Amino acid sequence: MITIFGIPSAALFGQLLIGLINGSFYALLSLGLAVIFGMLNIINFAHGAQYMLGAVAAFLMLNFLGVNYWGALILAPLIVGAIGIVIERTFLQWLYKLDHLYGLLLTFGLALIIEGTARNYLGSAGLPYALPEALRGGQNLGFMFLPNYRAWVILVSLVICFGTWYAIERTRLGAYLRAATENPTLVRAFGINVPVMITLTYGFGVALAAFAGVMAAPIYNVSPQMGAELIIVVFAVVVIGGMGSILGAILTGFGLGVVEGLTKVFFPEASNTVIFVVMAIVLLVRPAGLFGRGT
Amino acid sequence: MEMKVVKRTFALAAQITGFAAALACGTAQAQQINVKIGALTDMSSLYADLAGPGTVEAVRLAVEDFQKANPNSNVKVEIVSADHQNKADIGTNIANQWIDREGVDVIVDTPNSGVALAVNEIIRTKNKVFINSGAASSDLTGAKCSPNTVHWTYDTWMLANGTGKAIVKNGGDTWFFLTADYAFGHALERDTAAVVEANGGKLVGKVRHPINTSDFSSFLLQAQSSKAKIIGLANAGGDTINSIKQAAEFGIVAGGQSLAGLLVFASDVNALGLQSAQGLILTNTFYWDANDQTRAWTKRWQQARPGKIPTMVQAGVYAGTLHYLKAVAALKSKDDGKAVVAEMKKLPTDDVLFGKGTIRVDGRKIHPAYLYEVKKPAESKGPGDIYTLRATIPAEEAFRPLKDGGCPLANG
Repeated sequence: MITIFGIPSAALFGQLLIGLINGSFYALLSLGLAVIFGMLNIINFAHGAQYMLGAVAAFLMLNFLGVNYWGALILAPLIVGAIGIVIERTFLQWLYKLDHLYGLLLTFGLALIIEGTARNYLGSAGLPYALPEALRGGQNLGFMFLPNYRAWVILVSLVICFGTWYAIERTRLGAYLRAATENPTLVRAFGINVPVMITLTYGFGVALAAFAGVMAAPIYNVSPQMGAELIIVVFAVVVIGGMGSILGAILTGFGLGVVEGLTKVFFPEASNTVIFVVMAIVLLVRPAGLFGRGT
Repeated sequence: MEMKVVKRTFALAAQITGFAAALACGTAQAQQINVKIGALTDMSSLYADLAGPGTVEAVRLAVEDFQKANPNSNVKVEIVSADHQNKADIGTNIANQWIDREGVDVIVDTPNSGVALAVNEIIRTKNKVFINSGAASSDLTGAKCSPNTVHWTYDTWMLANGTGKAIVKNGGDTWFFLTADYAFGHALERDTAAVVEANGGKLVGKVRHPINTSDFSSFLLQAQSSKAKIIGLANAGGDTINSIKQAAEFGIVAGGQSLAGLLVFASDVNALGLQSAQGLILTNTFYWDANDQTRAWTKRWQQARPGKIPTMVQAGVYAGTLHYLKAVAALKSKDDGKAVVAEMKKLPTDDVLFGKGTIRVDGRKIHPAYLYEVKKPAESKGPGDIYTLRATIPAEEAFRPLKDGGCPLANG
């Protein structure tokens, strides 16, 4: 058997694939953050809490309303996105003119409130959520056993990520949005309702987080702190990719998933710090991030 | 002028009389013992359901039951609680502040072995009392044992011995460890590996993961390719839940490998659901549905924690607190922590949750342990009906023999 650094190559392929799958969660989450930061200039610290709300909404809908996974995949992002819109209208819209710090503090506070409330009602150990019937089982790829659900995760997140990138970078709507960020007054003069567009963008970013939450529910422990554990890593991903760069967020998300996956093979103890090491190096060499435009 | 002096003398005399009276009162009241119990636990993170607010409620019930049983007792109790956030520095800060500034006499619970070992040293230095229920490291009654500490509920040696031995005896003789990378995980892995090897099993590999990992697929893949018959989960809380959930997804069990939950609490089984957790073998020292007394206690506890089921950690906090109060009452003093713990060791323990037992010289509470199997969804009669009893490990075999622990107190 061929070995690379003492690890059989077959096992290494497996780990690369696993890394990509985990990366797709990072990509989905950092995409939402990048959209919100790029378009609204808000550092959305509540993103992890909104991701958790998506997973919890899926659990509640399954157990109290009988809505299954597929229904939750559509409904949970809509509901949580609507909550996001309320948050934007009531709080965030007043902060656009202020320093980034205000948005960060506000959303951080919101995250603490949301997580604390969830913990109060749901406890901290977690909530059971089973794999959807249609995606149970898996394929033997020869070098690894690939659960069907993981294949589904990677597929869906690729579609969502590149769909979003395309919509913002390559369509007319996306062009309006980018123009509105650059110069809102001018875009308004063309008869475009900029505030509504901004509100919907925040709602969309939040919905993306909730969507990732529903995707995570069958495989990760659904608990109030699930978002808090992930959000710091996701922020590091966004910083490495370049704050506000959509393509940067997507590519770094997948890339760092792979880096983390490989660390889990060669030096597992460091697997939760490797991303921050990468972040430190990137900030030293390219302070604006890998794909960011220097200011 | 003279008048003034006389007046002053009178005033002085009155003051002195008053002072003397106050002194007399003080002597009379000295018999009242004001005990302050500090529940130092995880209120907001991965162990908050197995300890946390449920621990505080357990302390409250213990105080209530002590006062009910001793209505004329002069022991008055106050309870405080705090969240150590699973950080040893925060835990030590709270413990120091509690003891130095707020007059806390005894710290209870303290899950997370890292925090517990740090608090253990503070309590030893300041001669207070530490009744640990939540932490697992057997070092608390081994190399790090202290005359001020009682370790009540369970430890890594007992878990390893209970679960490890049973599985090796049933043919699970090759092991791969998935270990949480901190004091507790290392201790559990070390103790289980020793049991496995002593019973003729073999260790084929291990991987150490950071605490609070959400994705275990990488590690599970390594476990899978090791071809070990048994994957031992030397982790706890959310980490165990994620490992079991994802092991089912990756077809680990379907592929012929088995999981051994080395530290699984009732709250974890609830979080997994019987569908994912069924068939898991685990060792606990308390199950709420064991007998009428435990059921009655659980009912009272649930008034404050509706819909939850109490874990062995919370049960241990209750029993430990109750026994501490009995010792303080018997000793008629709380001031010398070492003396209180010595009294706790002298008095036989007796409570509704663990029955009769003893506390050994190294601080180890001795009681039976139980090997449970998680029920299949079809066997369960309703929420909370989760375990089938597979074996009882008698008290004298459940814990590490005194001579093997390396505790200096054991040498006299």
